[in-house]
This record gives sequence, structure tokens and C-alpha cells, in this order.
Amino acid sequence: MAAMDLDAPVSIAPLLQAEQTHATILCCNCGAPIDGTTSAGALCYDCVKTTMDVSQGIQREATIHFCRDCERWLLPPTTWIVAALESRELLALCLKKLRGLHKVRIIDASFIWTEPHSRRVKVKLTIQDGVSEGVVLQQSFEIEYVVAYQQCPDCQKSYTANTWRACVQVRQKVPHKRTFLFLEQLILKHGAHRDTINIKEVKDGLDFFFAARNQADKFVDFLTSVVPVRAKKSQELISMDVHTSTKSYKFSYSVELVPICKDDLVALPIKLAKQIGNISPIGLCYRIGTTVNILDPSTLQTADISTPIYWRAPFTPLADVLELVEFIIMDIEPIGTQKGKWLLAEATVARASDLGTNDMTYYTRTHLGNVLHVGDSVMGYMLANTNFNNPNFDAVEASHTYSSQIPDVMLVKKFYERKRKSKNRNWRLKRMSKEEELLPKKAEQEKLDKDYEIFLRDVEEDAELRSAMALYKAQQAKKEAEAMSVAETDDGEDETPQIDMNELLDEFDDLNIQPGAQ
Amino acid sequence: MAVRAQFENSNEVGVFSTLTNSYALVAVGASENFYRFVPDSENKAYKDARVACVFEAELQDVIPVIHVTIAGTRIIGRMTAGNRKGLLVPTSTTDQELQHMRNSLPDEVKIQRIEERLSALGNVIAANDHVALVHPDLERETEEIIADVLGVEVFRQTIADNVLVGSYMALSNQGGIVHPKTSIQDQDELSSLLQVPLVAGSVNRGSSVVGAGMVVNDWLAVTGLDTTATELSVVESVFRLGEGQGPGAINSSLKDTMVESFY
Repeated sequence: MAAMDLDAPVSIAPLLQAEQTHATILCCNCGAPIDGTTSAGALCYDCVKTTMDVSQGIQREATIHFCRDCERWLLPPTTWIVAALESRELLALCLKKLRGLHKVRIIDASFIWTEPHSRRVKVKLTIQDGVSEGVVLQQSFEIEYVVAYQQCPDCQKSYTANTWRACVQVRQKVPHKRTFLFLEQLILKHGAHRDTINIKEVKDGLDFFFAARNQADKFVDFLTSVVPVRAKKSQELISMDVHTSTKSYKFSYSVELVPICKDDLVALPIKLAKQIGNISPIGLCYRIGTTVNILDPSTLQTADISTPIYWRAPFTPLADVLELVEFIIMDIEPIGTQKGKWLLAEATVARASDLGTNDMTYYTRTHLGNVLHVGDSVMGYMLANTNFNNPNFDAVEASHTYSSQIPDVMLVKKFYERKRKSKNRNWRLKRMSKEEELLPKKAEQEKLDKDYEIFLRDVEEDAELRSAMALYKAQQAKKEAEAMSVAETDDGEDETPQIDMNELLDEFDDLNIQPGAQ
Repeated sequence: MAVRAQFENSNEVGVFSTLTNSYALVAVGASENFYRFVPDSENKAYKDARVACVFEAELQDVIPVIHVTIAGTRIIGRMTAGNRKGLLVPTSTTDQELQHMRNSLPDEVKIQRIEERLSALGNVIAANDHVALVHPDLERETEEIIADVLGVEVFRQTIADNVLVGSYMALSNQGGIVHPKTSIQDQDELSSLLQVPLVAGSVNRGSSVVGAGMVVNDWLAVTGLDTTATELSVVESVFRLGEGQGPGAINSSLKDTMVESFY
């Protein structure tokens, strides 16, 4: 019984009703029966399509401008943007060029391929617009853009000589670039380079070019507020109107940095040493702020040499970081005097290179009593058996009072064995984009890389130095962070200083800055 | 018969004229071509031009064609409402104009000035000789006057949610055209009130103001010059104006679109 199917009773009336609501009027144009309650006016959809043009107010041809030198597109009124052919950016630019497009709704837009040399860009556009209340018409059409060449103001400027008005020439007469690397980070952190037209790398320093004198003044003020410098201004008359007495000048600022760097060994002029607190004339420069800070490691006495005082009797460092020698601590005994992070200690050291060949040991006093232990490697200057061609050092050697105080060895910093390659750093620094005269030779490039590596190690080891600059998370470090922690468990011996991830900044793109290290 | 006409470059002939079975009112125009069509006259240019002329050409010998203004304006079609038995004019009509109409109209046609806030009577009243549809907000006295003067039954109605029933409906004793957006249900309701067949339609190439775009009586319809052939054929069939255009002769393509109930 259950298998038997019965047809459900079907009413005929609703069917009839449905048929009636189909068409109530005739299209006034073609006579097709249509439903008047939903149609546009009294037109059928086909007639609406043929008679109405919703794209009427939209131009079908336009011109877009392209700078051939920097390959950028003009986004009116003044912006120039980089966009590849058939890219989203270019499509946005193309649509922005069309007038009357804001009145309609854009459904779709896409490029139609054109031969790049044709200098035509074709865009297929689909738009929607209401033709009468409740009736929306959709229409597709093509727009042809003519690519016109126009040189952008930046390129115009770069092809015009001498557009700068002021130039700041920053120099430091030392064989390495570490101070400049530090200065670069300071400039980047404070955004002091923002007004520069151009930055050029020259021998012993950098040239910063500015469009206006006050920008250069500002930059010089910035430099004097962060490093010990001597600034000198000079101006050159370019033109003068004798009737109105208006003149135009070019300004050059010569800014010379003190040639003494952190961890340099210095021999002060004896007179100066007496003036600044009767400090021993042989000392270490332990910091460069706006003044030069000198430390006597045998007494932990410190002294500041302010910039004007320094330039009254300038002196050069006795030895720099490149001349550091590795020593091994044979014995170390704290004396008890403590000053900040320093602890005065008496140490017996041997040169690492002497180990196994002879038993020469040196006795010295060091400020690193806190960090050094027996058996540690430490970097220091070897004063004994060294000939310095330095008049100040000669004077010290000749003097009765100070000649006996010259230590054999002056320890500077603990030496950390670096097993890992520098690539494994979890942080990175930004670099400024500079214009170099010529590509550096291979030897020079190696030297630059070495300088940069030393600088990076300094940053790693010195929290105070780090606080003055902005460090960013390395791209790969973020990804590998978890993997590393699992795969590579650090062996306890490797006590290379690491920078805490919390100190690092997330990176944001800045157009003028090339991403970091090599 | 249905003809196309233009009043001084305007297609809205229903604005500038009123047509009933016993008289026709036309506005005073700068160009007399609207109502005086002289076949084979010196003005040959108008012969094949679509000109309107229809009134005097078609009606001259049958009913009076009266040139009038209402309150000095020419939009008499919108200001007045009438049928075979009577004519209603707004209160702004001057005595002189009223006197002129009294003199020109047949004696049996009553003429009445109405004190009504909605003074564009042509827009708010759609009437044939038996029934009138009026604006829902019309005053009660006006409704009574309409019933008395025109001799009709009066219904307050809207057409496709428009209150201006006179604008959106063209009506004769044979049939009627309503706004194109009127639904089948509304058409059924209205045609059962009016006791004539109704059809939704447009004039003047899709204009929905059918009352203002055309005038009609029992044997003549005048529409704007822009009216398409399709629209004209709808007009002719619903008002039964053409030869042999009785209910049975409506061609099959029209059948779908027209109200099925012919009375």
C-alpha cells in the first residue's frame, strides 16, 4: 500500500496568476511585452542597453606620464610612484586619471595586454549605474592610455649641476670608519638626514648636500650635539644684484670630528693632563660623547676633554683598535677600588702568541676586574717593546714623573671567541644610501667589511653604545627563532654577548634607506 | 482615431488642452498650427510635418473647439477637469475667462468654479461621463460638486501609489491607460470601479505621465509627437479608436499586456 503514489492535488489558479504578473506593458521602443512594475521607465532591458549609456561622462582616452630615467609614473598632481606594467599600482593610477568615475560604481577593471613599445596601456572597465530608480545597468568598455614621457623633478634635479645651496663636509682623519658607522646610526635614529638632497662618500668622510642653508645649519647643530666636532662655515658668492643688493651664496660647512675613537690608546700632552685633573697622560678613551672621556686604568681616574679644549691642543691617538693584541690572564687579583662597572684589579698576563714559545708575562693594572677571570682572553695594547712616533708619548717618556708610570700592557676589553658567523645575528642595523665616487676596490671593500664587523661587535658588547641607536629585528631571525631554540642548544662555553630580542625594533619601510648589512 | 500632435514644441498635449465628448478646450498658442490644420493650404511644410492641428481638423464640425486661458495661463489641461455634462475650473479663473467659456460651451454643459486648495483640477480629477477618480485629499464639498456638475460617481483613489490620479491616467468611456508601473491587482481594482478596461502604458516614448501626455474622448485621442507606434497602438486598442478595434480584434501580441477583463 505504501508503495502506491498519489499525485498531490494541484491548483491551477496560482499558475495563472504567475503568468499574468509576467508582462503588464509593452516596451515603448520595440513593443516587447515586459513587466512594467520592475522596468526602467517603459523600456525593456534590451532597449535600455541600446539607448542608455552609463559610461557617458567617462573619458575613453587619457594620457599618463612616465619618467624614463627613474621609471616612475606621475600620480597627479605631484607624486611619482613606482609601478610595474599591469600591476595593481598602475591600475589604481590609471583609474585615478579618469574623470567622472566617482559617479558610477566600478565592478571590475583589468589590463588588456599591449606591446610595451606601443606606449599604450589599455584597461577594460566594467561599471554599474542606476538608469532609473531600481534599475541598474552594467556596462564594459575599454580605455586607452597614451604613455607620455616626462622627466620627474628628482631626475631634473639630478641632471642639473649644483642645485644644492649648502654642503656639510663631515671628516674624521682616522684610518678606519667606525666613528662614521656610529654617526650613521645616530643620524638614522634621529632622522637628521631627511632634508639632504644627496649624500656623497669621500675620502675620510661624508658630504651632505642641502637645498637650503637653514637645513645645513640644523644638521651641523645636530652633529655638535652628539659628537665632539669643530665646525667652520664658509660661503661663496654665486650672484648678486647690484640694484637690489640681493645676493645668492653657496655655503660650505667643514665639520671635523675628533680623531680619537672609543678604546683608543691616547697620550695626552702633559700640560693638558695636569689641567684636567692631573690624570696620568697615558690613558684609554672609554667613551665619545660630546666630549672625549679618558680613563686611567691603573687608578680608575677619569677625565673629560671638552671639544674646545681638545682643539686648543689637538693630539692624535697613540694606537687604535686594530693594534690590539690578545692576552691571556694568568692571574688576577682585585684591589678593591670600584667605580661604576669597573673594578680595579692587578693582573698578570701573557701574550696569546707567546704561549708555548716563551714564559714572558706582564704585570698590569686593569679596570676590568669584574669581567676577567684566570684563563680569559683579553684584548690590550702592548706598550713595552713598541715604538710610537708620537711627540706626546716622547714627552711622557722623557718626563721624570711619568716615565715610570708607563705600563707594559694596557688591557682594554674582554675578548670573546666568536664561533658563529656574523650572519647569525638576530638583529640588524639600517644603512643610509650614499653615492660613492667609484666602486671600492676589493681590498678596500674588505677593509670596509672588517670595520663594519668590528663596529657590529662593539654594538653587541656595549649596551651604552646600543642605547644611542635603533636596532631592528633581522628578517630571518624572526622565522628561525623557534627552530633555532630547538635545534641549537647553546653550549655553556659560548658566552658571546647576545642582544635581547626585546631591545630590537620591528622594521618599517623607509624609502631612502637601504636594508642593512651585506 | 489616434493622432500625434505637439503644442509649441511640447509633447505634453494633455497640459495644454482638454477634450471631452461635447467640447474641446485648447490653449491660446503663438502658433495656431496646433488647432488649425489647413490641408493643401499655402503652408505645405506642415502637411507632412506631424503637426497637430487635429482639434479643428477633426472636431470642427462636431463639437466646439474653444481657445481659452485659465487665470491667464495656458496650462488649461492641468487646471480644468470636465466631461460631456460639465466643466470644472479653479477659483483662480477670472470672470472674463469664465464668461467666454459660458458663451462658447453648448448650453447643456454646466460650468462651475471650484474653491479648492488643490487648484490644478486636471491633475487631481480623472473623469469620464460616468465615474471620476479623485485625489484622496480633496475636500468633501469639492467631491459633491464634482458629483453634481459632472454627473458622476466619485472615488478617492491612487494610481501606482501616486495621488495625482489626473496626471497618471487617461480615461474615456471606452477604456483607460494608467501609469506603466501599476500592478495587475491595482488595474483590476480600478477597472472594476470604472467599469471600463484599463491597461498600463506610456506615451511620448516612455513617459509615465499619461494624463498629461495625451487627451482622449470616445472617438479621438491626441498624443504627443514623440509617442511611438507601439504606444499609439496600445492607445488605439484600449480606447477602441481604430476601425475594427473591438475587443475581439485586438491582436494577439497585445493580449498579454492588456487587462483580460473587457466589459
